[in-house]
Amino acid sequence: MSVARFWRETLRRYNLGASKCPECQTVFFPPRSVCPQCTVHRKSMTKMEPCQLSGKGEIFSYTTVYEAADGFEMQVPYVLALVKMAEGPVLTGQVVDVDPKEVHEGMPVKATFRKLREDGDSGVIHYGYKFAIVRSPTASK
Amino acid sequence: MKGNGAGIVSYGTYVPRYRISPDEIGRVWGVDGVAMGKNLNIHSKSVPSPDEDTITISTEALRVAIARGNIDPREIGALYVGSESHPYAVKPTATIVAQAVGATPNLTAADFEFACKAGTAAIQVCMGLVSSGMIKYGVAIGSDTSQGAPGDALEYSASAGGGAFVIGKDHIIAKINATQSYTTDTPDFWRREGQRYPSHGGRFTGEPAYFRHVTECGKGIMKAEGTTPADYQHVVFHQPNGKFPLRAGKMLGFNDDQMRYGMVTPWIGNTYSGAALIGLANVLDHAKPSERILVVGYGSGAGSDAFDVTVTDEISHYDHSIGTPVQKDLEEGISINYSIYAKFRGKIRLSGE
Repeated sequence: MSVARFWRETLRRYNLGASKCPECQTVFFPPRSVCPQCTVHRKSMTKMEPCQLSGKGEIFSYTTVYEAADGFEMQVPYVLALVKMAEGPVLTGQVVDVDPKEVHEGMPVKATFRKLREDGDSGVIHYGYKFAIVRSPTASK
Repeated sequence: MKGNGAGIVSYGTYVPRYRISPDEIGRVWGVDGVAMGKNLNIHSKSVPSPDEDTITISTEALRVAIARGNIDPREIGALYVGSESHPYAVKPTATIVAQAVGATPNLTAADFEFACKAGTAAIQVCMGLVSSGMIKYGVAIGSDTSQGAPGDALEYSASAGGGAFVIGKDHIIAKINATQSYTTDTPDFWRREGQRYPSHGGRFTGEPAYFRHVTECGKGIMKAEGTTPADYQHVVFHQPNGKFPLRAGKMLGFNDDQMRYGMVTPWIGNTYSGAALIGLANVLDHAKPSERILVVGYGSGAGSDAFDVTVTDEISHYDHSIGTPVQKDLEEGISINYSIYAKFRGKIRLSGE
């Protein structure tokens, strides 16, 4: 992926930048400039509101990857999931730091910031969202 | 140097989930790992995933700090990341972190490097900018994914983690009464440009380096503030292993109870730039209003930064429920063997590399 192409996607990869239709309140990720849900698309033109997903969601479906994509060899086996976000959109992302046997549908997850891939030893490093399972916080006090 | 009203508004930490024990490392190199762990007072150390580095650790720690303090990231006027494992030789860690937390574009940002004390140096710079009124919030992060050469003594301690502190003047949960540094040219630990692993002076890292700087800096700030060890409920030292800080504490006159919460290295290893900051975070996780904390960081090369800190009433309203308490990171983790560790840390070369 070219440096410029990834850079243009920084807002949504780093910050889960989305858009919301002011007419029907549907949230879109990646962000859309027109709402495809509303019957009269023109109503939402130039009115779509930028917003940010909370990062909270649950696993809708998942698979375990054994034949890695380039750059993911060190992480095999890893879990790739469809995550239903709290705001509605479904995102595809890796679920990190978990035994694939522990993963199940409906499992609560949260977005976490990780390295996605590197363009070789001298190229740009790409960062973005992945998902981590939500562990019960045990307050120490 | 007086704090002039600057203090800690919020803080967050991040420690990778994986752990390896000295016993397991020793097994591979034909060393009595149990004895090594006992000698270093290290039970386990954290290991980053292949997709974690100083940038991801810094970002996660700062996101927790921003959420806990309910801070508008657009009000952050300065962001500094201290580390000796910045992923890029040229291109700042700080710009990526700032973008990832929504603090860009109206801020100044830079990477700091001073072995293990770059994070505390960043706190001092933020104190100056905040107390002078130049900015509302300054962010100081200390974060590392440190490495020791395979089989080297450092491999038993070098780990990964980071702490992020938001420095400001209003609604501070802890006031920084004063800071002081002690700096000399002491070549105890270094890494030359292009080298994969650091080098060190063995026993030279002890008396003339760590102990001299930590104790002189600690004595210096207590003299300047007119305090004694008895005035502090908590003390935090930089902790390259679990043994050095205990000895430094005894040399300065602190007891085990005062060092209880500031000690984190025995369970997560030496997080380098993150070590003193994660120790301070654990203290703040447990601290009560009016309690006083002495923090003394250390960076090879060499220097120490000390901070005299007093917890305020604001900590009673501070939202500790967000993020992971340090104690949980000390108690939990996913144990891995040396094979997985070697794979995660890039010690195995794949075909074509």
